[in-house]
Amino acid sequence: MVLREKHAIMDEMGMKRALTRIAHEIIEKNKGVDNVAVIGIRRRGGPLAQRLALRIEDIEGIKIPVGILDITLYRDDLTTLAQQPQVHRTEVNFDINGKRLVLVDDVLYTGRTVRAALDALIDLGRPECIQLAVLIDRGHRELPIKADFIGKNVPTSRQENIEVYVKELDGKDGVVIQEIIDS
Amino acid sequence: MKLERKDLLGLRDLSREETELILNTAIPMKDVICRDIKKVPTLRGKAMVTVFYENSTRTRTSFELAGKYLSADTVNLSISTSSVQKGESLRDTIKTIEVMGFDLMVMRHAMSGTPHYVARNTRMRVINAGDGANEHPTQALLDMYTIKEKKGTLEGLKVAIVGDILHSRVARSNIYGLSKFGCDIRVVGPATLMPPGLEKLGVKSYYSLDEAINGVDVINILRIQRERQVSGLFPSLDEYAQLYMLSPRTLARAKDDVLVLHPGPINRGVEISSELADSAQALINEQVTNGVAIRMALLFLMMGGGRDEITY
Repeated sequence: MVLREKHAIMDEMGMKRALTRIAHEIIEKNKGVDNVAVIGIRRRGGPLAQRLALRIEDIEGIKIPVGILDITLYRDDLTTLAQQPQVHRTEVNFDINGKRLVLVDDVLYTGRTVRAALDALIDLGRPECIQLAVLIDRGHRELPIKADFIGKNVPTSRQENIEVYVKELDGKDGVVIQEIIDS
Repeated sequence: MKLERKDLLGLRDLSREETELILNTAIPMKDVICRDIKKVPTLRGKAMVTVFYENSTRTRTSFELAGKYLSADTVNLSISTSSVQKGESLRDTIKTIEVMGFDLMVMRHAMSGTPHYVARNTRMRVINAGDGANEHPTQALLDMYTIKEKKGTLEGLKVAIVGDILHSRVARSNIYGLSKFGCDIRVVGPATLMPPGLEKLGVKSYYSLDEAINGVDVINILRIQRERQVSGLFPSLDEYAQLYMLSPRTLARAKDDVLVLHPGPINRGVEISSELADSAQALINEQVTNGVAIRMALLFLMMGGGRDEITY
């Protein structure tokens, strides 16, 4: 697959502001964060969840639990993928029973990743509720799934690709839109 | 990185990278079996069968459980109550199983090379669960996983394998597996239970238990296989125990934090003293738990999709 970068949607500052706003919205919607925990979906949801937890701590002065979810074992497309994905650990080292969970991912697209993540979470326990936070919502849902907190809505075509970069994994922050010119 | 092969027949021709992939994939699998809900939907719609021409408690049960935890349908073919007793040939039995639609077969056989023969003659994936005195790859993988989990690495560890090396597929697979990680491997046992040609595998042979375990990080004790002792290989079990049984006393020459492994079933008072077997140093029970995780990793890597380009 050959990709050509079309334009940047968010820079470092833009990402920071979006995450700060989402942090405020999470606090507001849950009337505080006493019982709130954030769980990022591997891979880029992980660092984003960490950052949200730090912002929330800055604002409320409360450290909330952070987890990372690996959804490989729950994917619905394993048999159709050309390459078998590697399984990594799920690192949720707190009891999710009765917690108000905020699931965090970089891009919301078909909704299938979130569907897998919901199944994975339910196997870990019975949270009071699960909310969804994403940095980018690019549309084209194939399942009845909707985000509670959105950094930015970006209308896209299926011929495009959204790439989110995070410092922890990519050495830089930012979001770009790419065009698939050869698949 | 993935497992680029249809079957897992031994560790001899497995690359270091493939071995590491299996060991690393077993880590999240162990997380799954330590949860309240020990089941993931990964292998829904896949079917596997265990075909054991030799007896087994842990290997067969653990493969079956591994398959169930991953949501595959698992069936055990009990050879002693099957048409094999009516004289059906191995090839015909395998064909019958194949056309029922199984994706993978786990096989144990008393004759070395049988799983290899079967693998060449079926579209099913085949995992060797022990063939004669040749290999028992999943046992060695779970031993390596257990060691790595405790020591943090396999690199350069000193490992002694004690007992009936001649008849042991566990020893062979461990030697093939551990030598990929630069381990210093020693084998020790009565001269009559030592196969020739061990030096070619890069292994040092000893006849004195004390010398062999001097300063080692790991001791892997093999079971004295009464079913394979034709007779006369050693005078008596008592004499064997006198010279080679591991106990808290004989263990003194090894490192203080030495790990004691045994593939089970154990013969108490023959190759391992009851006191040692029940001590915290012995990892016999953890090995069994890790065996389920290792087998889940293999089943996932072999049936978990994304591998259409592999030709059969």
